[in-house]
Amino acid sequence: MYNVKVYVTYKDSVLDPQGEAVKGAVHRLGFEEISEIRIGKYFDIKVHQTAQPIETVIEAICDKLLANVNMETYRYEIMEEV
Amino acid sequence: MKFAVIVFPGSNCDMDLLCAVKDILGEEAEYVRHDADSLAGFDGVLIPGGFSYGDYLRCGAIARFSTIISEVIRLADEGKPVFGTCNGFQILTEAGLLPGTLLRNESLHFICKTVQLQVVNNQTNFTSEYQLDEVIQLPVAHGEGNYYCDEATLETLKENQQIVFTYAYDNPNGSLENIAGIVNEKGNVLGMMPHPERAVESLLGSEDGLRFFKSIVKNYGKARANA
Repeated sequence: MYNVKVYVTYKDSVLDPQGEAVKGAVHRLGFEEISEIRIGKYFDIKVHQTAQPIETVIEAICDKLLANVNMETYRYEIMEEV
Repeated sequence: MKFAVIVFPGSNCDMDLLCAVKDILGEEAEYVRHDADSLAGFDGVLIPGGFSYGDYLRCGAIARFSTIISEVIRLADEGKPVFGTCNGFQILTEAGLLPGTLLRNESLHFICKTVQLQVVNNQTNFTSEYQLDEVIQLPVAHGEGNYYCDEATLETLKENQQIVFTYAYDNPNGSLENIAGIVNEKGNVLGMMPHPERAVESLLGSEDGLRFFKSIVKNYGKARANA
């Protein structure tokens, strides 16, 4: 069994208006030192033993569904559970 | 001409499309469910606005994997007219039938109002009843209508005259180059954020959307006569 964490975020070139709005609120809280906030999505996925390498499976799911590669990028962490 | 109006869980403009085509235009139209597996017998496809699958994950991302989409792609490949408005536009981009994507409105606000649109290409099967550069009025209602694509895609869109509608005077959502609607390279798949089906009789405040549907029917008739 694997435990996979996938993080999807806008590409750096894409404006993240939600992140900008939250950053504005953080500044109003008084934390002026915060220079950037970007909001993304987090997926916690449990995977049984796979026929293909698990990286191949996860990347296929990300490319096809979890991320829209026109505007988003993703990274993932795979942990094996015993 | 017989249209399929695809209905997803969460579609809410399906009836508007059906009424526009059947009641106002006098053509045939039927609802087809997202989990149906055939579009046999249909001459064109209309993908409505709404919130398919609750906009979970991303607008249109889950609808794109509905059973019926492979049939929509088949009809698009056959050159039949495929039209998506609002969430329908989002689904067409997610399905790869149109380039680019729709981001959250720059203002973060959901916008619901009538906008002025410029017809920048009237040489398509969807816009031949308009004058070039004519300014028309159609309603918009969306939270994620900010069209975005990379520079290379934008160049291709311009080279092939794929940009069909732009927001005139005022860009409500921050979309790239004021883009409101685009067509695919072959010219038979069109997606736009505004709703022509909500502007088909004077009672609705504008009749400017009627010529959009008239164009589709007229050009389909012409194509059949030439076949």
